[in-house]
Amino acid sequence: MTATVAAQQSSTRPAPPAGTQGRATAPAAFRALLLRDVTVLRKNLKEFIPRTIMQPFLLVFVFTYVFPKIGQGVGGGGRGSAAFSTLLVAGVVALSIVFQGIQSVALPLVQEFGYTKEIEDRVLAPLPVSWVAVEKIVAGAIQGLVAALVVFPVAALVPATPVHLHVSWPVLLTLTPLACLTSGALGLTFGTRFDPRTVPMLFGIVVLPLTFLGAIYYPWSALGAVKAFGFPWLKVLVLANPLVYMSEGFRAALTTGVRHMSLPAIYCVLAGFAAVLTWLGIKGFRRRVIS
Amino acid sequence: MSQSAAPARPSPAEAPAPTDQVVIATEALTKVYPGNILAVDHLDLSVDQGEIFGLLGPNGAGKTTTEGMLTTRVLPTEGRAFVGGIDVVAEPARAKRVIGVVPQTNTLDRALSVWENLYFHGRYFGMGAKEARAAADYRLEQFRLADRASSPVTALSGGMAQRLMVARAILHGPAILFLDEPTAGLDPQSRLALWEIMGELHRGGQTIMLSTHHMEEADRLCDRVAIMDHGRILALDSPHGLKQSLGADTEVVVSADGPPERLASHLQARLGELRPGSDVRVVDDKVRVALRGVEGALPLILSLCEQGGLTVRDLSVTEPTLETVFISLTGKDLRE
Repeated sequence: MTATVAAQQSSTRPAPPAGTQGRATAPAAFRALLLRDVTVLRKNLKEFIPRTIMQPFLLVFVFTYVFPKIGQGVGGGGRGSAAFSTLLVAGVVALSIVFQGIQSVALPLVQEFGYTKEIEDRVLAPLPVSWVAVEKIVAGAIQGLVAALVVFPVAALVPATPVHLHVSWPVLLTLTPLACLTSGALGLTFGTRFDPRTVPMLFGIVVLPLTFLGAIYYPWSALGAVKAFGFPWLKVLVLANPLVYMSEGFRAALTTGVRHMSLPAIYCVLAGFAAVLTWLGIKGFRRRVIS
Repeated sequence: MSQSAAPARPSPAEAPAPTDQVVIATEALTKVYPGNILAVDHLDLSVDQGEIFGLLGPNGAGKTTTEGMLTTRVLPTEGRAFVGGIDVVAEPARAKRVIGVVPQTNTLDRALSVWENLYFHGRYFGMGAKEARAAADYRLEQFRLADRASSPVTALSGGMAQRLMVARAILHGPAILFLDEPTAGLDPQSRLALWEIMGELHRGGQTIMLSTHHMEEADRLCDRVAIMDHGRILALDSPHGLKQSLGADTEVVVSADGPPERLASHLQARLGELRPGSDVRVVDDKVRVALRGVEGALPLILSLCEQGGLTVRDLSVTEPTLETVFISLTGKDLRE
């Protein structure tokens, strides 16, 4: 049946397209890889949206809708619960961006390296392997951005108590891409260092502490109250968590009146995280695809 | 660019050095994996434009590592390698422009449809949207996958997936097509279909490097075959030349009661006098005898066995194959 595939048709077909070597440039390949990832995102939007919304929605729903209704005190009730809803918006946006790094970059990479090897065709595209890694970060950042856009209305509209937002556009427009790139780089680093067997560890040991200690539910400065021998140990410890800077940054971008870390510190440390994680991610990526 | 352009041959701008026709060259190419595992040992190779070149050897011979180094996925420990005149270590991104790769495992993009796998591959290699669409349509038609265009790749049979991988690998008109065990695990019909495709590509002037442990595949398709074992080339010639080099034109496989070693040493001793140059080996509990002259070969072996008091259980005679060559070089079966 198929044995004569090529032979039969060759006489009637037009000549095959010529080679593309002359035009196969690295920037064109990079753009095409991005186009591929955006296409896949668009195709999977039906799964992407529920997957992205669920956790932030539940978080906001339980903490800022159910709790005030049942009289459970988070943030002190009354005026306090309104303030809590407001400060949670920033945390939830930061959280969903970080989760995209894990869900859209790290987990697919773990699968591709571990079982399917399907990334190989992209690794063989005519661009340096490190660019393929960077493309993963950028694609992850784009998904983080979409996630933030999807989650923001949820966090702003679901709470039972009013949310008082005050947007500082210059901060929002610079911090969001920085946070998205950092989380893409975080995803690349994790995705190249975990394998299918150790993925449960990734969630148990890395993602959980990252989120619970990411200044999502509380402003970072409030941790000063947690002391041992007079030393605010928790406030210092969580400084190793990039999510803290994102939450605090979005707090600065979206609210007034909630205390936050100084903006220069947020920008500097986040940029530092982005640089180090990108470097680690590229290194890990190269190690996984080139032997 | 349109579909009516020249056939899929390397464009002159990126083609190998103008003075010769060599498109793959290696110099003392060596790979030592961590743990001091020597996979490829000072390999010197040269493949000409338009050739189908076979790397034949058992698993672990170093075929995949060799192709891995030539396709930029494995970094050589030592030595150099060139594809289309480009140093694969110094300029991997440029080298990737001139190669098409069909790896051993299914690496189709599962997030994309059959058609999209080809379309995006074209885009990776610098094609515009219109051009990539035309190229994808063209190749799907050529490889008889057009009716599967919008299927997910996970719905393809093994043979169809492999055809799609080949279609994808040649989509951008690479100067060299690398195939790593392309028919392993395929049913006989799909295997034949793929051989047919490779033959057609070959007639169109496509240079192909093919690794296989399937001797019939190497025999049928390849212009030249390098027999590899333990990371080294043991022999390199056309399939015909390799078989000629045996100095034998007949292979008799015989098994008898008792230990095969006894049978082998008996035959070895007697044939040494009667048919000098015969090669006797124990492979897979059977004795393989390579000798010259098919005439009288079976009666001779039978009578020798009888004289030695050995009861023959099974006896067959064939022409020598590349496997015979491999056995005479290594003393072991290709499938081991």
